[in-house]
Order: sequence, then C-alpha cells, then structure tokens
Amino acid sequence: MSGPNTDYDPVEVTPLQAAEVERMRDEAIAAIEAAADLEQFKQARLDHAGDRSPLALANREIGALPPQARKEAGRRVGQARGAVNKALAARQAVLEVEHEERMLATETVDVTLPVDRRRTGSRHPITLQSELIADIFVAMGWEIAEGPVVEAEWLNFDALNLGPDHPARTMQDTFWTEPAENHVVLRTQTSPVQARAMLTRRPPIYVACPGRVFRTDEYDATHSPMFHQVEGLVVDEGITMAHLKGSLDHLAARLFGDGIDTRFRPSYFPFTEPSAEVDVRCFVCRGEDSDACRTCKGEGWIEWGGCGVVNPRVLIACGVDPEVYSGFAFGMGIDRSFMFRHSLGDLRPLFEGDARFSSAFGTEI
Amino acid sequence: MKAPLSWIKEYVDVPADVTTEELTRRLTLTGLKLEGIDSPGAQITGPLVIGRVLTLEPEPQKNGKTINWCTVDVGDANGTGEPQGIVCGAHNFEVGDLVVVVLPGGVLPGGFEISARKTYGHVSAGMICSARELGLGEDHDGIIVLPADAGVPGEDVRAVLGLDEEIIEFEINPDRAYALSLRGIAREVLVSVEGASGFRDPALRDTPPADDAGYPVVLEDQAGCPVFVARTVSGVDPSATTPDFIVQRITAAGMRPISLAVDVTNYVMLETGRPIHGYDLDKLQGAIVVRRAREGERLTTLDGAERVLDAEDLVVTDDSGIIGLGGVMGGETTEMSETTSRILVESAHWDPVAMFRTGKRHKITSEAGKRNERGVDPTICAAAADRVVELLTTYGGATADPGVTEVGTAPAPAPIEVAADRAARVAGIDIPEDRVVATLEAVGCTVSGVGTGTLEVLPPPWRPDLTDPQDTTEEVIRLVGYDTIPAVLPTAPAGRGLTRDQQLRRRVGRTAAAAGYVEVVTFPFVGESDLDALGLPGDDPRRTTLRLSNPLSSEAPSMTTTLLPGLLRAAARNVGHGTDSVALFEIATVTIPGSGEPAPILPVDRRPTEEEFAAVTGALPDQPLRLAVVATGEAEATGWWGTGRGVAWSDAIDVVQRVADALGLRLMTSAVAQAPWHPGRCAALELDGQVVGHAGELHPRVCDAFGLPPRSVAAEIDLDALLGAAVHLRPAPSFSGYPVAKEDVALVVTSDVPAAAVEQALREGAGDLLESVRLFDVYTGDQVAAGHKSLAYALRFRAPDRTLVEGEAAQARDAAVARAAEVTGAAQR
Ligand SMILES: [Zn+2]
Repeated sequence: MSGPNTDYDPVEVTPLQAAEVERMRDEAIAAIEAAADLEQFKQARLDHAGDRSPLALANREIGALPPQARKEAGRRVGQARGAVNKALAARQAVLEVEHEERMLATETVDVTLPVDRRRTGSRHPITLQSELIADIFVAMGWEIAEGPVVEAEWLNFDALNLGPDHPARTMQDTFWTEPAENHVVLRTQTSPVQARAMLTRRPPIYVACPGRVFRTDEYDATHSPMFHQVEGLVVDEGITMAHLKGSLDHLAARLFGDGIDTRFRPSYFPFTEPSAEVDVRCFVCRGEDSDACRTCKGEGWIEWGGCGVVNPRVLIACGVDPEVYSGFAFGMGIDRSFMFRHSLGDLRPLFEGDARFSSAFGTEI
Repeated sequence: MKAPLSWIKEYVDVPADVTTEELTRRLTLTGLKLEGIDSPGAQITGPLVIGRVLTLEPEPQKNGKTINWCTVDVGDANGTGEPQGIVCGAHNFEVGDLVVVVLPGGVLPGGFEISARKTYGHVSAGMICSARELGLGEDHDGIIVLPADAGVPGEDVRAVLGLDEEIIEFEINPDRAYALSLRGIAREVLVSVEGASGFRDPALRDTPPADDAGYPVVLEDQAGCPVFVARTVSGVDPSATTPDFIVQRITAAGMRPISLAVDVTNYVMLETGRPIHGYDLDKLQGAIVVRRAREGERLTTLDGAERVLDAEDLVVTDDSGIIGLGGVMGGETTEMSETTSRILVESAHWDPVAMFRTGKRHKITSEAGKRNERGVDPTICAAAADRVVELLTTYGGATADPGVTEVGTAPAPAPIEVAADRAARVAGIDIPEDRVVATLEAVGCTVSGVGTGTLEVLPPPWRPDLTDPQDTTEEVIRLVGYDTIPAVLPTAPAGRGLTRDQQLRRRVGRTAAAAGYVEVVTFPFVGESDLDALGLPGDDPRRTTLRLSNPLSSEAPSMTTTLLPGLLRAAARNVGHGTDSVALFEIATVTIPGSGEPAPILPVDRRPTEEEFAAVTGALPDQPLRLAVVATGEAEATGWWGTGRGVAWSDAIDVVQRVADALGLRLMTSAVAQAPWHPGRCAALELDGQVVGHAGELHPRVCDAFGLPPRSVAAEIDLDALLGAAVHLRPAPSFSGYPVAKEDVALVVTSDVPAAAVEQALREGAGDLLESVRLFDVYTGDQVAAGHKSLAYALRFRAPDRTLVEGEAAQARDAAVARAAEVTGAAQR
C-alpha cells in the first residue's frame, strides 16, 4: 500500500486542469441546450452527465491527486457538474412541457360532437305540479292527505251534503261501479279525502289533498274522464272566510308569482256555504291592459276553482262539532292550473303518454 | 238563463248611468254570473234604415217571376238625399209603405255584404229586408212592412226592430232557482245594483177568488202536489198568432215559438218562474185527479215516448186514465193542437224531490222540470194562471170561463234562528246587526228578534233554498260583498311534513327518471281485448276486474288490474310517432276487486261509529300502488362513438333493482313463466320471499298485439310492498383498511342452473372473509360441453382486523367452489 503522492502536481493531470474542466462543462451545457427533443436530451445526458461522461471520468481522477490538490480539483469539477445538472434540469423541464404540448395537441377532439349516448328520463308535469303545490302547503305547516280513487258513494256524496236527491249530483257525471247497489263510485272530486281527514283526525286540521278524479266527460281539448284536483281543508277554532282568502292568495302568489291574488264570486257547492268561485289574477297581464292578453282572454282574471266555508251539515256528518269549530275548503284543477301556468291550450297531451311532452319539463317545474 | 235587458227593466228601474257592463259586473259579484251578452243585431253592420217606398213598377221576367223596380226615400242616409233605386222580389208592400233598407256597405247575418249591383236591367243599390234576412225569424212571406208611425226615412231602424236588444246570459247556481225567471233576476238587480229601485213584481196581481164552479180537481197526494190551480178559457182563435214581443222574448231566452197557447205558457214561466201546463179541454174526460202512479202503469208523453211508470211518479189523471207526468211532461192524449179552442190551464206546485227523481228516472230534462225540481214559489200558482188567461184572452181572442179551481195549500217556509253575529264571524269582518237585518229584508225575508242576539228569519216563499243559518249567512255576506273580505293567513300548528310514503314515492319517481325512463299518466280503464292482448290465461287473477256501470267505452269497461295495457299502448303510440327508442314508466294504483260487500249509505246527522266507518272503507276494493316500466329500441344510442346497445330483458330488471336500491332494498330474482312476458325471459322479483313483481322481455305475441317492436321489455312491481319495506335508517358502513386478496374462479354448470344459485352457493361456502362476488363472464361454446355454460366469478377476500396470511384466500375460494359443486354440480374449469 502506498501513501498519498505528496509531490504530485495537479497541473500535470490534464483532465483536471481548470481550462479543461471548463471546456468539458461548456461542451456539456451546449449539448444539453442543443437537444431538440427528449430523445436527444437523453443522449446528451448520457454523454455529458453519465457514468462515462468526461466530467465523471475527471471526477475519478481526483482521488489520484495529492491531498492538497484534491480540494481545489474537487471544487472545480463539482461546480462544473453542478452547472451541467442545472442545465439538464432546466432543459428537461422545457422539453417536457414542449413534449406534453405536442402530445395534447395530437389528442385534440371535436368537442362539438353529440354526447347524448344515454337516454334522458323525466317525470310527468302533473306529478311535478302536484308536488310543487304540496310543497307550498307543507311550507305553511299543512299536511298532505290522500285517499282511494275507487270510493264509497257515502264519502263522495252523502257525507258532503250531497244527498241522493240533491240536484247537484247531476252536475257531476259519476262513474258507477257494478253492482250499483254496492254504492261504490270513482271519486268525482278529492273531497272524500277531506271527509276522511275529518273522520280520522282531530282538529286542528290543516290538510291539502291532491289526486286523480273521474267524471263521465267525453275526451276533448278541455275535458277528460280523468283529471287531477287539489283540495284544501282547514278545521280549527275561529276560522273565517278571511283565512280562506289569505290561504288562496298565498297559494296564488307562490304558484304564479308575487302580487298575484284571488277574487271571490258567490257560487254554490253543497260542501260549503257560503261558497265562492275563485278567480286568480292573470299572472301575464296582471289585470292591466288585459285586452290583448291571450292567457286571460282580456278578463284580467282566470277561473281557478271553488271554495267556501265548510257547511255545518258536513261537519256534523264527519263528527266535528260546528259549535266549537269552523272550517274552510277549496278545490282547483291541477291540470287546469298547469295549463294556464305553462300556456297549454289542449289538455290531451297530458294523458297521451307522448314521451316528448313529459321530457320537455324534465324533473322539476 | 238568457234574459233580454229590456224585459228585466220592465220590472225594475236602473239608473240611466249604469251601463250593461256595470249591471252585469254587479250581478256577477253577488252571484248571478255573466256568461255572455248577445244581441239579435250583433251580426248586422253598416247602414240599416227606414225607407219609404216612392215608386213601384212590377216588371215581369222571362223566367216567369215578377220583380218590382222601386225607388225608396232613405232620407240622407245614402249621402245624396236622392231616392234609392232598389230591385225587390217581394210583393207584400205598396207605394207609401215604410220598409227596412240595408244600403251598400251594410253586412247582414251570415256575412252577406250588400253592394250596388246590376240585376234585371237595373242598378239595385241596396236591399229591402225580410225578417229572415235580418235573423229575426223564419218568416219569409215577404219583406218587413213597418207601422206607419215607426219613424222617418233615413233613421236607423235597429231600435224599432229590437235589433239593439241586449240579451244577457246568466249562469244560475242550483240553489238560486228563483233566478230562473225575470221576476227573480229583476229582484237580484234591485238588491245588487246601487240605485236600482221601483221593483214591480209580475206575480203580484189581483186574481179572481177560487170558487166551486171551476174544473173539478182532486189531490190524492198532498205531499206530492200541495197546490193545484186550474183555469179554463174558451173560444181560442186557432189562427191567432203569437205577438212579436212574446216571440222575440222567448226566442231570446232560447225557447222555440210553437203556437200561441204554448208560447204564452212559456212566456209566463220565464216571467214568473212558475211552469204552466195547458190541456186541450175538449179532450179531458171527467175530474182531474193527482196521485202517485201504480207500478207498471204506462203513459205516452208529449215527446211520443211510451213510459213505464214507477210507484213514486206523480201523475195527473182523468176518467180516461193517466194524462200527464205531473210537473215533468204532459201526455199525448190531451195535448193542445192547432184546432184547440178550449184550454185548461194547470198551475200546480210539485214536490221538488219527486220532480228530481221522476226526471232522472225517465231521463227527461225540460225547462219546466228544471224549475220544479229546484223549487218554485208555491204562492203564485193563481197569479201565474191568471196571467196566462190574460194573455190568451188578449192575443188569442179567448174568453175566460167563470170558474176558478184552487185546491190545496201552499207549504209555508219555516223560520230560521240564527245568531245575529254569525255572518260577521263567518266572514271575518265587522257586519253591524242593522246591516244584517236590512240585507235579509232586502232579499224578502221577515226578520224579528233584533237586539236579542238571535234573529228569527222568515224566508220569502220564492226562496225555498233558505232553510239553515248558513243560508241566511251566505245571503248577508254575498250582498255585503265578498270583495270586502280581507286576506288573513291562518296559522297552522307545526306540521309533520310529507309522510314517509309520500317522500319515498318521489324518490321512486326520481330514480326511474334518472335511469332514463319518462313518466306518463294513462287512463286506468281496461277491457277484455287488452287482457287478451297481454296473453293472460283464462284463470289469471288479473282478469277479475271491477266493472263500471257506465263506462265511456264498451271496449274498456273496467278498472284495470295492471298498469301494463295503458303503458304498452303509450309506448306503441310513441313508436308510431317515429320515436324509435322509448322508455316509459308510470306510478299509479290499480284496482283489485274485494269482498263484494256493499259500502253502506250511512246517516249524515251524526258521526258514523267506528264500525260503520270501517264497513264503508272495508267494502272498497284493494287499490295497491304499482310501478310499471316499458322500454323498446336502444338502451344506449348508436352514434359516432360506435354501435349502441338495444334494450334487453335485463334492462327491465335493472330499473326495478335501481328503484329497490334507492329504497335500501335488494330484490331476489328467479325464472318464471308469466304473461305477458317471454316464458324464458321473465324474472319473478322477490322481497323477503314474497313475489312483488315481474320483469323481463315481453312475449313476441304481446309485442305484436300492442304494435311494439320485437324484444320490447317491461316490468311491473307492487310499490306498496317496496315502500313498506324500505330501509328507514341506514347504518354507516365500516371498511377494512387491510389489503384485499383477489381470487377468480370459472365454474362450469349445466345451462339450466341459475347464476343466482351458483352465486348463493359461493357465498355460503366462502365464509366470513368473502367481501364480494361478481360474475364477470358467462361463456358457452367450444370450450365447454354442450348444454353447459361457464360462469367466471371475481371473488374478493378481506379480514376486518388483519392481513390475510398466505393461502388463506385460496382456501376460502376452494371452500366456495366445493360448496358450489355440492349444490349446483359446478366443476372448476
Ligand atoms: Zn291576462
């Protein structure tokens, strides 16, 4: 084993001469910077920073120097290699960005191509309209009551003050089921749900009843043997017609827009007395300059439904003490409300099952 | 009810500044709703004037007709003041007569435009009009010749002819029968229109007292016919015609003029509201007797229909037998004719309920019946009969016979006790007692008990609808004005929101929509042909339907037991519209006939007992909620991305499983042969061992029958069962953080082994370490024996608390395979 060669002159080891190291460094940097793509870059890195690159080989020579010379030589080579590595990193970053840009450019697609691979479903607008109305009532603290569409005659008529000889029975053309002596009908109104609510709940009662009803009407643009109604019933102490007006104004405003209110005209329903027809202010013209308005046909108001104070006879038949409680009830067509809310002139599309119709309304209205 | 304005104003004075629009607006606000305003001259525009015939030269024509070449003075109406030359084909006028002239520029009903035109060698500048040309009647015997004092030439003639009459149509609510008369409408004007005054009651007249000399009448059923007034007239001129004002008024009211005698009874009915019947007195035999019919008795009514009578029907009889269905329709044998010269006028009051039932039973709707069944003033029988007699003597040349028959007594209205503040409490506004009293008195009530807190209200006889406190309350509030009621939102107690079922139904709908299905609503009516088209066997329970007595279509007379017919028809319609790929769903109830017990009609004067109410609701058929889907065409579209995927039997199961999944449920499937599905491609869907629905590909014959493309798929499921089982609170899951061990196995089984059975066996055999099983391939072909299939499963194993040791997963896999072999005969490939 020999000790370090203290007399060794570093100047005599050519690769470690300062000028030579600088030249190797400059050559390396030049080659790296000249690399035009990642392929050339890899080669340049191998040539100038690899294990067999001039600077790596020079580095190995350092050990052969006398100790006093190693430090200087090591610093010189180390700085050169550091500069090369820095150039490598910088060039690599640039080339990688360039490469990525080229790659992404080649992957460009036509984003205007149609993308509708899967079917789009939707819900029926009457379902949506019913839910919208239900939500308005639920927000007021009311509950949504339901009942069967094949209903007992007593609940559809008698309990609602429509006795067997009531002329108003002929106003509603009823589907009867066989045999007639079973007294079962297709409900002509959602009112039997109100009777059921009174018979199965205790006041205070605040319920809305949306649902399907049936009349023996021939099917045309404005009549259908099946349609949808929503009725409301409130039975509580001290209920007045003012509360009825307040509730309907609220429903009108939520359904048709702020400021839309209602108007009452005296009418007749066996279930209620006093009774009123309720008109809703036209939400298109708002009753101003109505003449050209197609929605309300110049009236400024649209016929909406019927309402009134629950007839004490009905309260008695349903087990509510009319001396303690009073109530109001109202009803309107959901299909009809939908028709003028969405400018539909013919109700038949609601029941024809044409997917194009339901699809137009999506999943919320 | 249509009422000419001039007729209304005959009985009530309306301030001159109240326009028709304001009048009808007020009446609408108090309950007589305006339906429309019409005018007989509404279709006539342009100059329509009085003309005086100056010259008239008859000119025979080659065709044998003679026309008249006239010059007519039309004043300045033609702009020149010169006589107007007009050709006229009529011959019922002469020089000097006043006639009706429409000048060029005028338009007559039917869009008939008048212009100066050359005809018969003259320029005819206008037309001399007949009543028919003006839409005033069918009379075409000639032109209208006006009375000599009708006016001066050139004046507008509309007022003279009544063409400017306004006919107001009201919608009359069933409780306001009194408004089916001019008498009632005028009274409503009086109480509704500010400033209206001077009501003149057409039924208030002096009538001759009843005596014994009148035609004999016996009332055997006082409840059915409490009052019967009979008057007779003789010497009616059969050639007498109905005066113009009566023709115009009853025509305006929508009734057809027939003969003087009939027109007069109709006129008095419109005037007073009281239906009148006229008999040919010469055809009557003996005393009139009013009684109930005997079951099975027959009568041929005026309309020629032979009717078999019911024991409840009220009949008018004489010695010959039944001569009329009281209050509803007269009989043929005593009908008045064009030769009738003696008339018996019947003005009787009938029980409204009997009228309603008889009208309904015999399907007779008439103007008389409409009034009798809703309630007529029983106190004006004599007045109405006397008015008919007056008109027959005035216009028919008749003489009133001396006898006056009046049998029975008018039912008296019952007084109503009502709290003086009830109207105020109901309306929610302040209504002073004096206002309440004044309003009730204005509608004809007599009020006593003022100041005691309770009013006793005696309704007038023309208001049989007023029987309860709520009736008088409505009268007060409607006349105080519904528009005075403020809007006050009532405060409901805190509600419970939507019920769980209501929430879940929305979730089901959203899930089906999210799966690409479009919701539709169809009618629930079904017929044999629909059930045949579904291919249901004869004993299929879905063929037991609830039938309707009066279906709209005999093709679909029942309530459906399945949503599929309506849904399949809807899908076929979509395909018919050119929509090739269709996926629809419907959520609705079906009707499953129940016990067949009747739903009793309970009393209404008290709450039913729980047992009574249960008997009513328990008699109703089951009405379970269903979800049904149908799909055809492509499940995924063909596009630039490649070929799409047609719908398959699996799509029908998939959508139902998605719905079940949304409810936290998983349905088990098993093969079943069930109409309307393909016998080899139908799954029974089970929940907790109960079959709750079916899904799969439709039978080719069903597709064909409904006009659907082959391979259409469908499902129907009981939503009530799913909603009832829906998981309410789902526990939070926990996951093992230890590594997963994956093992794949391919098992060969015979073709008839269901994959579900293999999977079930794998799960049983694999033990607790098994995390999941997924079937990722099904293979049939050269690599497996005929009649066999290879099922490839990916098994994932993991322990919750540790990393599995070497071989542990493989051991579990082997156990799984062994179990599958044991249960299903599977062999590992
Ligand atoms: Zn409008």
